[in-house]
Amino acid sequence: MSRWRHPLLILAAALMLLPILWAALVSTRPQDAIIGARLLTMPSLDAIAANYGRAVTASPLFGFIGNGIAVCSLILFFQVLIMVPAGYALAKLRFPGRETLWGGVLLGLMVPAPVLAMPLFVMVAMLGLMDSLPALVLPWVVSSLGIFLMRQFFRRVPDEIIEAARLDGLSELELLVRVLLPLARPTLGAFAIISLVAHWNELYWPSIVVTSAERATPPFGVMLFQTQEAGTEYGALMAGALIIALPLVAAFLLLQRRFIEGLVAMK
Amino acid sequence: MSDLALAAPLSRPLPKGILLAGPAALLMLLLQIGPLVLVVCAAFTDWQLGGEAPNFVGLDNFRALIADHDFQASVLVTARYTLMVVPGALLLGLGLAMLLQGARRGRTVYQTIFFLPYIATLAAMSIAWQMLLHPSFGPVNQGLAALGLPVANWLRDENTALPVLALIGIWHETGFAMVFFLAALTSVPTELHDAARIDGLGGGWDRFWLVTAPHIAPIALFVLVVLTAHAVMVFDTVALLTQGGPGNATRVLLFVIYQEGFSFFRTNVAATATVFFLAITLTLGMLQLRLGRRGGAA
Repeated sequence: MSRWRHPLLILAAALMLLPILWAALVSTRPQDAIIGARLLTMPSLDAIAANYGRAVTASPLFGFIGNGIAVCSLILFFQVLIMVPAGYALAKLRFPGRETLWGGVLLGLMVPAPVLAMPLFVMVAMLGLMDSLPALVLPWVVSSLGIFLMRQFFRRVPDEIIEAARLDGLSELELLVRVLLPLARPTLGAFAIISLVAHWNELYWPSIVVTSAERATPPFGVMLFQTQEAGTEYGALMAGALIIALPLVAAFLLLQRRFIEGLVAMK
Repeated sequence: MSDLALAAPLSRPLPKGILLAGPAALLMLLLQIGPLVLVVCAAFTDWQLGGEAPNFVGLDNFRALIADHDFQASVLVTARYTLMVVPGALLLGLGLAMLLQGARRGRTVYQTIFFLPYIATLAAMSIAWQMLLHPSFGPVNQGLAALGLPVANWLRDENTALPVLALIGIWHETGFAMVFFLAALTSVPTELHDAARIDGLGGGWDRFWLVTAPHIAPIALFVLVVLTAHAVMVFDTVALLTQGGPGNATRVLLFVIYQEGFSFFRTNVAATATVFFLAITLTLGMLQLRLGRRGGAA
């Protein structure tokens, strides 16, 4: 077993990386080499410049990425703004309707986003919000998972800490912001990663409410890019796909342990 | 402050809990519960978006949907996809986790590489896969041809399109499964392994079945449920690579809902299919919540 461990691991790693490496290879070759399947020649700087240049000019790739950053950060901002007080209230305060709200959170955890897409689409259309930033952001500002994780976290905070802060004269809001929020940083970090990965990679909802390239998020931008005339210029297409995937992959490589722990925390 | 509130019961402010949880409750009602009720109601009407006022039609939509051959085919396609992806990703994830667990060197590097496909935007990676599988100059066919083996137009052939999408699904999900298995394997107490060795259980398989398997069984069940939930929701690869074709070979459930609801605007059909889809995902969600809570720290 142990003799085979590293050869097997290396083989698995190679297979996992194959699509990405092949895309990178193709993106550095001229079109005639790609079509002639003469890829094992030297990469040429001219081809690299031509492919990546074509990728960023044929469609607004940086616009897609900018939209992705705007959509993801707005969603995360509102999610945190809403889930922290709600999670705290569910964990530590008594108020009428608390059990009902908790039931709603658990139900929300089980309902996948695509199920809500149809009625949300009708709402977006009736409000005249098609192809707009609010249409991409608003439906996702309340996260059941976020409220769930915050509630579970705040339940583990000893009541004594909260009592002491109240005795010091802190209002409930000050208590949340100054005392509890710093404690919750790891949970918030884990949630931020789950939220960013999910919304950055999301294709279904944008493909429903976005109709123009100006509003396209990265995955929907890939779809537009693929169906354009540039879609048969394979070097440029691969360059575009790599540029689209790069931001999240770079963030993952920088923070990889946090990414993995964050996604496991979802459990 | 609370004394003041008690002293003036007539002007008592709302409980703090309501102020803090109110926005969340309101938005959940508006963005989740409301839409959920709407979609279920729409399934019992003849409503078409932009059409006339809806009429109640009882179970007609459900009867029509269940009798519809295209819909039956799409349920079957989704089931076949799921039955390929889930065991594939589960077993490969477990295998990689077991290989990694004993590795002294390079563990972090391997873990990063195996997890990368789960992070990398699947829509973009689908394009990369399309290149690998290109019928005339993709390396897959080039390699097969060089070995004298038959080649195929993988994404345009009714027999291969779905298995190929499943392969991409396995590629995408294996690292995700591996991470959970690795966490579980690392938590197997070493005393258990030592005890097994003293008891004379030398062989790897014996020890796996008697020591490791019972310990990771709850996690395996959890991963199974989550992978199934992911698989029945497959959309990105279908939208980018096959559009449900060739024929109906890769027309999965979510793609049917997408076409009916947002291309053909047959709102009631999409709503009915959504309710069907909801029943599946709710069942999986309930299992996931139960299993996750049992295995989790909270």
